[in-house]
Amino acid sequence: MTNSLRPDLKLIADMIEPKSRVLDVGCDDGSLLSYLVDEKNVDGRGIELSQKGVNASVAKGLFVIQGDADNDLNEYPDDSFDYVVLSKALQAMHRPKDVLINLLRIGRKAVVTIPNFGQWRVRFDLLTKGRMPVTKALDKTWYNTDNIHFCTIHDLFDMVAEENITVKDFVPHKHDGTRLNMGRRRANWHADQALFLLEK
Amino acid sequence: MSAREGHTATLFKDNVLALDSGASLSPVNVGYMTYGSLNEDRSNAILICHALTGEQYVASEHPITGKPGWWERIVGPGKLVDTDKYFVICSNVLGGCLGTTGPWEVNPETGKPWGLDFPVITIRDMVRVQAALLDHLGVENLFAVIGGSMGGMQTLEWLTTFPEKLHSAVILASAARHTAQNIAFHEVGRQAVMADPNWQEGRYYEHAAKPDKGLAVARMTAHITYLSEDALTKKFGRNLQSRDSVTFGFDADFQVESYLRYQGSTFVDRFDANSYLYITRAMDYLDIAGRHDGRLADAFQGAAHVRCCVISFSSDWLYPTDENKRVVHAMNAAGVPVSFADITSPHGHDAFLLEEPEMDQMLEGFIATAAKARGL
Repeated sequence: MTNSLRPDLKLIADMIEPKSRVLDVGCDDGSLLSYLVDEKNVDGRGIELSQKGVNASVAKGLFVIQGDADNDLNEYPDDSFDYVVLSKALQAMHRPKDVLINLLRIGRKAVVTIPNFGQWRVRFDLLTKGRMPVTKALDKTWYNTDNIHFCTIHDLFDMVAEENITVKDFVPHKHDGTRLNMGRRRANWHADQALFLLEK
Repeated sequence: MSAREGHTATLFKDNVLALDSGASLSPVNVGYMTYGSLNEDRSNAILICHALTGEQYVASEHPITGKPGWWERIVGPGKLVDTDKYFVICSNVLGGCLGTTGPWEVNPETGKPWGLDFPVITIRDMVRVQAALLDHLGVENLFAVIGGSMGGMQTLEWLTTFPEKLHSAVILASAARHTAQNIAFHEVGRQAVMADPNWQEGRYYEHAAKPDKGLAVARMTAHITYLSEDALTKKFGRNLQSRDSVTFGFDADFQVESYLRYQGSTFVDRFDANSYLYITRAMDYLDIAGRHDGRLADAFQGAAHVRCCVISFSSDWLYPTDENKRVVHAMNAAGVPVSFADITSPHGHDAFLLEEPEMDQMLEGFIATAAKARGL
């Protein structure tokens, strides 16, 4: 094993066909892209907001542009990638629906993961405490969180249906990346996070 | 580092240099410096392109001012551009005034300095001369071409004109076109030169007096555009120059005035006024997208194999972040592998020449991985 990858990123990597073109939106330090380049021979590119993340990615030999998904995705041509990855960032977008549509304009497929606000602990927290939930997956208070557009698994299914987007694969999982073998209704109660493989 | 004698090559002796304007030059002299040595595979050459008022002395003492090389912080033994590892070439641009053919040189047809008879040149013409110099040096292709500001413009023209000779390219604080504001500032500088009675329609070479006052004003104006309001405020504020109160006159009461006057007066010792006119004009004419019906991406179609790195600086209002990003988006659209960052800096346009740790870190990662990809 030349490359060990965080389990939740491994779930994403498993969705990507070898030798494809991949854009990772919010690529952080380039861990996922670097793994995909080394292990799956992909042509990988990234977008990252932080200078630290850009520098770490460039030092890995990756090609990463400093920018944000809300603005910079518009500049990419149609169908320029096989996959566009957006990992746990949709809820931080100003216009999540536009971003999602953009992902599938730029890429043939999109791999999107979300923290699930419908998970029972979150619901229980809000029900019993009456305050915005702070959990392991959602660890910031309401006023300092980057996450401004929370959704549940049901919510995302609804939105993609509205836009006639096909869900090719759906992988609900725990915070540590353990897969949960269950349908969307049970997953909406139990999963900390969920991965969606989307196609136009 | 001690002063090193520069080299001069005479190119375009048997053929002519065909310029974008339609005119041609023959021969063309090029003043240049090299550092380090070319390896056996001839695969370790780096071309550094200098900015408007720079020259070939990137990592060695300037022969006139005696100051250290203009990018010794980056280029030298063990430095980020390591001359123990790479063969670094830096040449004075066409139209320049330190060894390369320009308006100060004698026109072989008349036996007198060219003056304004020198043909107007473009950034691409400068690049054509650099390419001929590489042929002369036996360098078939470059590991990297690196440039900031006007050097970045040359690097972009390398990507459009000779992409097959490149492995990687670094563009700092630059742009693929001159905007109305860029042209406007240059026009002020040129008018200052031409308004100096000593300029004499560019024929001052035959007289004792040069248009120093005009050129100094041009430099003062330009120098403001290289800084930022924050940088000026931090450095000078409203501080007075060696006095306790204003003099109610037009002496340099303020430190910033004294500083600019000094910048202007030292500049004229090392730069030719006509060269300044020609080089600023070349920059104004730059509009790479304009050659491709406004589609900048089309200009980079041949460069999809070149590893690129573009860096802008947050307080640079001369070639601002958006102009750099235009280049990046066009490269992306053309499938050119490119990394980009907008470095947060208070130093304005000049930041690319200054200590910027985030820039250094990015360049280090980029150069190291590009070298690895080339087997260096």
